[in-house]
Amino acid sequence: MISNKIKEIKFGILSPDEIRKMSITAIVTGEVYDNDGVPIDGGVADRRLGAVEPREVCPTCGNTRDNCPGHFGHIELAKPVIHVSFVKYINMYLKTTCRVCGRLKISERERKRYLELLRGLQELELHHLIKRFHEYIRRKASAVNKCPHCGAEQYKIRLEKPHTFYEERGEGLVKLNPAEVRARLEKIPDEDVRLLGGDPVHARPEWMVLTVLPVPPRAVRPSILLETGIRSEDDLTHKLVDIIRVNNRLREHIESGAPSVIINDEWDLLQYHITTYFDNEVPGIPVAKHRSGKALKGIAQRLKGKEGRFRGNLRGKRVDFSSRTVISPDPNLSINEVGVPEMVAKVLTVPEKVTPWNIEEMRKLVINGPDKWPGANYVIKPDGRKISLKYVDRKAIAESLAPGYIVERHLRDGDIVLFNRQPSLHRISVMAHVVRVLPYKTFRLNLLVCPPYNADFDGDEMNLHVPQSEEARAEARLLMLVEKHILTPRYGGPIIGGLQDYISGAFLLTSKSTLLKREDVIDLLGVAGYRGELPEPAILKPEPYWTGKQLISLFLPKDFNYKRPAKIASATALKCIDEDCPHDSIVIVKKGVLLEGVLDKASIGREEPESLIHWLVKEYGEDLARLFMDHVFKMFLRFSEKHGFTMGYADLLLPRDAKEHIKQVIEEKKKEVYELIDKYYRGELEPSPGKTLEETLEDKIIEALSKSLLDKVGDAITPYFTLNNPVIIMARTGARGNPVNLTQMAALLAQQTISGRRITRGYLHRTLPHFKPKDLGPEARGFIAHGFVDGLTPIEMFFHAAAGREGLTDTAVRTSQSGYMQRRLINALQDLRVEYDGTVRLPTGEIVQFLYGEDGVDPMKSDHGKSVNVERVIQKVIGWRI
Amino acid sequence: MPSKKTKINILEHELVPKHEVLSPEEASKVLKRLNIKPTQLPWISIDDPIVRLIKAKPGDIIKITRKSPTAGESIAYRYVVVDTLHPKKKGGK
Repeated sequence: MISNKIKEIKFGILSPDEIRKMSITAIVTGEVYDNDGVPIDGGVADRRLGAVEPREVCPTCGNTRDNCPGHFGHIELAKPVIHVSFVKYINMYLKTTCRVCGRLKISERERKRYLELLRGLQELELHHLIKRFHEYIRRKASAVNKCPHCGAEQYKIRLEKPHTFYEERGEGLVKLNPAEVRARLEKIPDEDVRLLGGDPVHARPEWMVLTVLPVPPRAVRPSILLETGIRSEDDLTHKLVDIIRVNNRLREHIESGAPSVIINDEWDLLQYHITTYFDNEVPGIPVAKHRSGKALKGIAQRLKGKEGRFRGNLRGKRVDFSSRTVISPDPNLSINEVGVPEMVAKVLTVPEKVTPWNIEEMRKLVINGPDKWPGANYVIKPDGRKISLKYVDRKAIAESLAPGYIVERHLRDGDIVLFNRQPSLHRISVMAHVVRVLPYKTFRLNLLVCPPYNADFDGDEMNLHVPQSEEARAEARLLMLVEKHILTPRYGGPIIGGLQDYISGAFLLTSKSTLLKREDVIDLLGVAGYRGELPEPAILKPEPYWTGKQLISLFLPKDFNYKRPAKIASATALKCIDEDCPHDSIVIVKKGVLLEGVLDKASIGREEPESLIHWLVKEYGEDLARLFMDHVFKMFLRFSEKHGFTMGYADLLLPRDAKEHIKQVIEEKKKEVYELIDKYYRGELEPSPGKTLEETLEDKIIEALSKSLLDKVGDAITPYFTLNNPVIIMARTGARGNPVNLTQMAALLAQQTISGRRITRGYLHRTLPHFKPKDLGPEARGFIAHGFVDGLTPIEMFFHAAAGREGLTDTAVRTSQSGYMQRRLINALQDLRVEYDGTVRLPTGEIVQFLYGEDGVDPMKSDHGKSVNVERVIQKVIGWRI
Repeated sequence: MPSKKTKINILEHELVPKHEVLSPEEASKVLKRLNIKPTQLPWISIDDPIVRLIKAKPGDIIKITRKSPTAGESIAYRYVVVDTLHPKKKGGK
């Protein structure tokens, strides 16, 4: 229900009359307190400006501090002063109007026509056009150099930032003082102001030049009492005192008829103080400082920026019922749970209404009180009185409990909360989790939800918020729960899915060579929470054995069909064309039975659209997908443990002859490079198009020493590493690492680069003093001939560190830049919305897109961006036959 | 600088989608379907080369049919306006 609706907001400029009218007193003296520390009347701390001390009664309104709204005073300026914030507009008015008669420099006939036009535009409420219309008139009028009304010659107005105006007369630049500026603005007729886009009722142009300065109430600029008993005044108060002092001095000079040089100097000083009072970051003038050298805060500084009034206090506020602590992993939680420390659970509360059905339970909670979990911290009576359970007879309160009371009980298992990690760039940076109260002091979360939050456990902290109303809780459960976000609106694939150990575990479990004894099967199905009969073993004699694929099949829906190559098939050696696959690299599920293929990143991995896990979420719902991840994924980890999956130094060792071979390959490449260098010195090198000779040489050397060399060595070492090697298992299944990493560990790191070039910086003509100047050889420019297994030479290690530094600086620069870009994008796009007719519009109804995304498809509900995936539909229905 | 003789017809350029001026009846149908005033459509300047070529007048509504990576083909509309902020300088015919 809306009782009062804001229809319109009008911003205007205070007129001198208004300032005087709202002022309770003129502020005339720069003295603030007398010798006893009592505020002086007529000073900036005048008591009539409002009560600020506790129990002080305001002499103006009779209220105490809490109810006194504060009252303005004013300062009568001895000479007018320009308000810096309006300089732009003053400049516009001066340029567009006559310097003698003050009228808009447009002929009478045209002026009439334009007025007519403006009226029409306003009636039609064509706001965009009105803006352009004013802009047009301004341009037209400022180009005129002879007044069409009085015929006076016009001079060019020049603005010297921040607030000095000059006229370019024939005899040279002539300064216009604020009084002259104000006199010109006063002459502009109301109608002409309207034509220029101004509002003569609420913002007459001459009000932009101040003759009276409002003095804000004391509550706006409170003084702080230091421990030593010394009063410390607010920056604004300091500034106001400065203004009053200069103003009084200026007045005395004028009254005593001082020479105009002195008067002008004082006038400029007054202008400076008033300018810095409004905005102390105006470019072109020195910043006003404290005695300590710290810059004073002007009024603009209070409002501006991240910690300013708007972004810091109005758009961003602190909240109750929230908590923050370090996070740590717990694979035994469900993906939609969060482990909450008991300590936190005893502080965060949920208001629960007492009913005949829960009254006994509530009584128990009240008796437990605030210190014993699960208990309660407060009881709210039907009349709204809040009783703290800390210091009262809790038994009596529990007895008096009746339906209608509200108990603020501790957080319990099963409550819904919002969980968040900054930076909140995504909607999935805030998701709803179900509470699990646990011992110790960290928030616990399932590893699978790390990617959406981009969380790790190197000391990350996360925030938790407890929704307090039934509506908020319902929304959280229905819209924000983790499983509702397994599919991302970015491209309609899963962002939550298997990673790292889960993938290598899945591969090991589903490998053909894995045969499980009865105890193993029971153990694995036990951690997966399976309740039911064991399937028939795949091998009966001499002992019953089960395969890993049989265990997976127990959890797949009985009508699920799926066929897709596994990740390991991306290696040419393990690729298969059809079902008859000796490498087991095509995953085939028919009627819910995993018949063939190993599970790896391509089937259960995150950010793998059109994978097994994606179709499970899409076709059987997020609840099944969640249960699948909670139960089956646990089996992967358990099997990884049982298998003893690990990786060590020995897994990267190469036989002696392989080492020799690699050495030879490197030597060959080096020779190639030396030949190139020789060719360059002999002048036989042909420059490539658009490059200098030196650039051509560098390009060719880098080409020889990085990619082609790494590939060659990589090919040479692959025969020594098979799918039995844990490093290869991780690389091929997509769990972690890639073949290049492997080459870099086992063989060599190859050429190090900084911004795509070989390393050249350091000393004059050389990288380090160990080399001859102008040495272009591989070693002198950052080539590393060793892998991590062999160890790097000190010089190689230095180059590696230098190149590694580039990555670090890049990330630091990128995060700040993308953060700001994000802010600008959100500010630009936040009000767009998709209407029911599928159009994308602004709140005012202007159309941005005629059909959302041009096809009207919600990517989150699409099949990887498309509205229908025909292939999948066929597979789904008759996949068991083909 | 291309000489005047080698001037190309932008209507035939492959990156220029199809533009057509709607008849008043069609235009009012579109406005009714979208339930909007003409000013709530995106604007296109009368000085836009394509607008000049298809001889649209201020107040006309232009229908643009273009290829779309997501939908295959998509339809958009533009409202022709006089650009007061960036008026085309009239010079040399």
